[in-house]
Amino acid sequence: MEKPKFVYVTFIRTTPVKLWEALTQPEQTRQYWGGLINRSDWAIGSKWEHVNEADSDPVYVFGEVLESNPPTRLVMTWVDPDDLADDSVVTLELQPIDDLVRLTVIHGEFKEGSAMQGKVSKGWPLVLSSLKSFLETGTSIDIMGSARTCG
Amino acid sequence: MQLYSCLFYFPMDAVFKALADGSRRKLLDALYADNGQTLTQLCAQLDMTRQAVTKHLLLLEAANLVAILWHGREKLHYLNPVPLHEIYGRWIAKYERPRLQGLEALKKNLENPKETHHGKA
Repeated sequence: MEKPKFVYVTFIRTTPVKLWEALTQPEQTRQYWGGLINRSDWAIGSKWEHVNEADSDPVYVFGEVLESNPPTRLVMTWVDPDDLADDSVVTLELQPIDDLVRLTVIHGEFKEGSAMQGKVSKGWPLVLSSLKSFLETGTSIDIMGSARTCG
Repeated sequence: MQLYSCLFYFPMDAVFKALADGSRRKLLDALYADNGQTLTQLCAQLDMTRQAVTKHLLLLEAANLVAILWHGREKLHYLNPVPLHEIYGRWIAKYERPRLQGLEALKKNLENPKETHHGKA
């Protein structure tokens, strides 16, 4: 297997359960992911969607849940609805360390010439710093003000 | 890992310290150009001893600017820009906002001279 393209890490003062909920519950993702929601039942084989409810073409990213082990590990495919051949794989790992949780995002298996690759490399760092701020202070970062994001 | 948790949680000083060195910035540039490299690959690009590169990578890792991933038997180093976005949020965005608001008011004043958004007419 090829090495992953991106690995992002952030340390958040929270619990794995709270972080898992922040990553998987629509009403929470909305608050730090630029108003977009993630929705799924997060069972293995289920579809998941990254949705902008204000848009007439609301699904920005979708995929299939490959592994789901709350609150420690979630693996899913990441597909561009406008280019179904542009698919990749995201792994989220949650590891408690003292009173912190180390969240690792591994994004790889991009296809040759993937446009999504460029978008997520801008998106993930913004989303993760906004998520950290949301969980630790209750205030997220206006990520749409910094850049439009798909990651 | 446990010993370093404080360092990981208060990384701002560690981030600025890590960035205040040309060799370490070169390492980050090398990872930006080609993400996920081994120590040997990084050493091949830089005019530094293996020992020096190892030391710099440890500081970058402690600042969470470099993330480690074991891929099979290879230890890969990845550029992790998340702390840079925390610096942006903490130190840049708040200073930028008034300036952008000022520019916006200037634009409105110039486009609609009858309305005033700043000071006296």
